[in-house]
Amino acid sequence: MADNVKPRVKVPRSAAAGETIVIKTLISHPMESGQRKDSDGNTIPRSIINRFTCEFNGTMVMDAKLEPAVSTNPFIEFEAVVPEAGEFTFTWYDDDGSVYTDTQSIAIG
Amino acid sequence: MAKLTVTTAIAACALMGGAVAASADENATLIVNGEIEMVTRTAAPDHVPLGEIRSGWTFRTGETQALQMDDFDNPGMIFVDQAIDAWNTVEGSAEKSCASCHEDVETSMEGVRAVYPKWNEDAGELRTLAMQINDCRESQMGAEPYGYTSADMTAMEALISVQSRGMPVNVAIDGPAAPYWEMGKEIYYTRYGQLELSCANCHEDNYDNMIRADHLSQGQINGFPTYRLKNAKLNQVQDRFKGCVRDTRGETFSPGGPEFIALELYVASRGNGLSVEGPSVRN
Repeated sequence: MADNVKPRVKVPRSAAAGETIVIKTLISHPMESGQRKDSDGNTIPRSIINRFTCEFNGTMVMDAKLEPAVSTNPFIEFEAVVPEAGEFTFTWYDDDGSVYTDTQSIAIG
Repeated sequence: MAKLTVTTAIAACALMGGAVAASADENATLIVNGEIEMVTRTAAPDHVPLGEIRSGWTFRTGETQALQMDDFDNPGMIFVDQAIDAWNTVEGSAEKSCASCHEDVETSMEGVRAVYPKWNEDAGELRTLAMQINDCRESQMGAEPYGYTSADMTAMEALISVQSRGMPVNVAIDGPAAPYWEMGKEIYYTRYGQLELSCANCHEDNYDNMIRADHLSQGQINGFPTYRLKNAKLNQVQDRFKGCVRDTRGETFSPGGPEFIALELYVASRGNGLSVEGPSVRN
């Protein structure tokens, strides 16, 4: 179980209809690769965020599969076209079954 | 030297068709979040034998510089967020949190980082910010002190530092702090280790030169605690001192010990006039 997991997202408050915006996301997470050993020589079990999705008003914007080589506190930045006012939903899936979500609404104007 | 470097940088930009963001720009202006303007180059204080003092930010590449210009991009801010939770967490036998006495961190800690290390009259000692935090934890909260360079301590220092960002470093070196400052200066100019290097050999005599692949800075500490890309965490200033002395292949002093406390005051005073940047981003 990963501690101190906290998602953050940065989405502009408003955009023109059809505008391409930049979205930045970050989740604090140790991203333990499963390759490392502790001081007693035992393998530290893998514990990573294995999937990240972004939806806009129920439509999938991006769906990413994350692997053990991704660094701690994964930062994902991408662009999205905003056709109308609505809400972005961001979801992170943890190896331990936890699901973290965050939402941000965006206005047209 | 500086002039030559600038010329080279301009030539490099021209070759790359104006890919300015990718190359180091030592004359760039550091503005965080588009609102906090930092002083990264200024005239040296009288006690520093340099023409100009420069923040370590000016020595880094464009990409590293950019990371510090927006709090969302700055990975050090993750630890600041964690420290906000710690600030409001009740701990110890007195059942107090930091907030019980100091309330809102944004107002109560404004300007604090800029003047530490600072002489404490009641205790009769020079205190670093870390020592003050631990004194609060022990005397006021009845809680276990943080390890001097622990993640909890460094994050709390970062939270306090954020409240002073953009303010000039202004540590007092006269009065009761003077003997500590003299001791720190002595250490700064003493050669240590098998390589027989003093702080000054790299950071005063050879700043802006390359030491193998590394671009030597002036060793200013206005940006601490510092998020380093090499270890993906916040680094406490005395832990950095320890790393530097270790690199001379010497036995290091202990973080929290009298030598590094004196050295922290001296090195901080060399940056009097630069802005508090912590948590900064470095390589």
